[in-house]
Amino acid sequence: MRYLILIYENEDTAPQDPGELDRWHAYTEQLKEAGVLRGGEALQPTSTATTVRRLDGKVVTSDGPFAETKEQLGGFYMVECADLDEALKWAAEIPSVGRGPVEVRPIMEFDQP
Amino acid sequence: MAAGEQARAREALELVFRRERSQILAVLIRLTGDFALAEDALQEAFAEALRRWPRDGVPSRPGGWITTTARRRAIDVVRRARTFRRRAEALARLAAEPATAFQEPVAVAGEDAAWDDRLRLLFTCCHPSLSMESQVALTLRMVAGLTTREIARAFLAAEAAMAQRLVRAKHKIRAAEIPFRVPPAVELPERVDAVLAVLYLVFNEGYTSTSDAALVRDDLCAEAVRLCRLLNQLLPSQAAVEGLLALMLLHRARSRARTGPAGELITLERQDRALWNPDMIEEGRVLVEGALRRGRAGPYQIQAAIAALHVEAESAAQTDWPQIAALYALLLRRQPGPVVALNHAVAVGMAAGPAEGLALIDGLDAGGDLQGYHLLPAARAELLVRQGDVADAAQSYRRAIAECLNPVERAHLEKRLGELIG
Repeated sequence: MRYLILIYENEDTAPQDPGELDRWHAYTEQLKEAGVLRGGEALQPTSTATTVRRLDGKVVTSDGPFAETKEQLGGFYMVECADLDEALKWAAEIPSVGRGPVEVRPIMEFDQP
Repeated sequence: MAAGEQARAREALELVFRRERSQILAVLIRLTGDFALAEDALQEAFAEALRRWPRDGVPSRPGGWITTTARRRAIDVVRRARTFRRRAEALARLAAEPATAFQEPVAVAGEDAAWDDRLRLLFTCCHPSLSMESQVALTLRMVAGLTTREIARAFLAAEAAMAQRLVRAKHKIRAAEIPFRVPPAVELPERVDAVLAVLYLVFNEGYTSTSDAALVRDDLCAEAVRLCRLLNQLLPSQAAVEGLLALMLLHRARSRARTGPAGELITLERQDRALWNPDMIEEGRVLVEGALRRGRAGPYQIQAAIAALHVEAESAAQTDWPQIAALYALLLRRQPGPVVALNHAVAVGMAAGPAEGLALIDGLDAGGDLQGYHLLPAARAELLVRQGDVADAAQSYRRAIAECLNPVERAHLEKRLGELIG
């Protein structure tokens, strides 16, 4: 079963030191070695985001994320695990998990064996 | 069809239902990987039994008959379903399982021992990714076998809301693939704690309802004890489990003496000890002693040891308060919190004299963590009475009465105030 691990953190207080980058690299390597990594990216900050809606048929574009939140989506991993417990174990090791919440959500599988 | 045959069939079915339902259900869940399907298949099997047994006679192994029938039904459904997650695996498991399996612990790939499926079910229902309310509802429905209506009534919820909660929880288990297993050894202590927290909540809810007029809802306490006993049986030698079971038994042993003829509250020191249940006390004491021998005592074992000291005293006056105070001090270190601190203060007051206990209570009151908690002014009042400060005690009782939400407890406090100012 595939899961998305969604990483949230307060952008204003997120650490910027080079050590932080190393920690993320090390974690990604662990996922690769375990054979569970299916994808993942870091996102640029919400100041670079644009939200698109259609209201009354017209396209409306606004600056920023769709909602103002205390913590913002900073990146994600896609992992393939045997079950939720395995996905949760990986989520608990996310480098930023002590500073912001990490959400684990199963991916909708449409092809049923 | 003779009425006698009908009655015999019903009786046999009720027996299976009470004794073996959760076990059969747990097996079906493991085999199908689907809670809802397992429940449906089981229900169909019971219906089938009700049709066939009066006609064909009750089978020699009724539980086995039900299991086989339910499995056949499940195989049918899985084959015919348009989509079914992991269909091939489920069908393979359903076909391979030997007929007697539901009565014995079964080893499963990836686990390090053979476990009873009810244990797997218990851990799954109490999975930390489910909300506490969902854990409680699922455990009571799937393992204890309570109906949705019974659970709703026990927790003062609407039946429709409870049904919805159960549906959502079962859906999450399937959709997020919460594994149906006993957690590996390294995770076991934490996961056992999670199960115990659910059982403790159920017991507490039955023991002191906050809004119900009655003081004790015995049915919930009975279920909590039953489930804890099952856990102790299926996962033996766990000190925390033994501790909680002992704690529940030692409290339950006193329930007949806890309320008077008019439903009024009778506190521990005034209870008629002849009404205490000696078998439960003995069972509790043995469990506590065993649990304490297993090493570093956790909160349940300590609370059980305190309860044991209370029930071992021949009379209230002979209660070993210094030992109880010491145990509360230990509990405070393991599980710091204002309520435990209050209980500790009371024990100190009883052991070393009211002044010392009152000093601790005043400190807690100033700290503000027990704001609105009526047991604080109630405890202060009791100690002030012992000290002879009638006016201050009366004032504390009045404050406690104003803050108390439970009508039975409030009536008791009013009675105490009445006795005081005569």
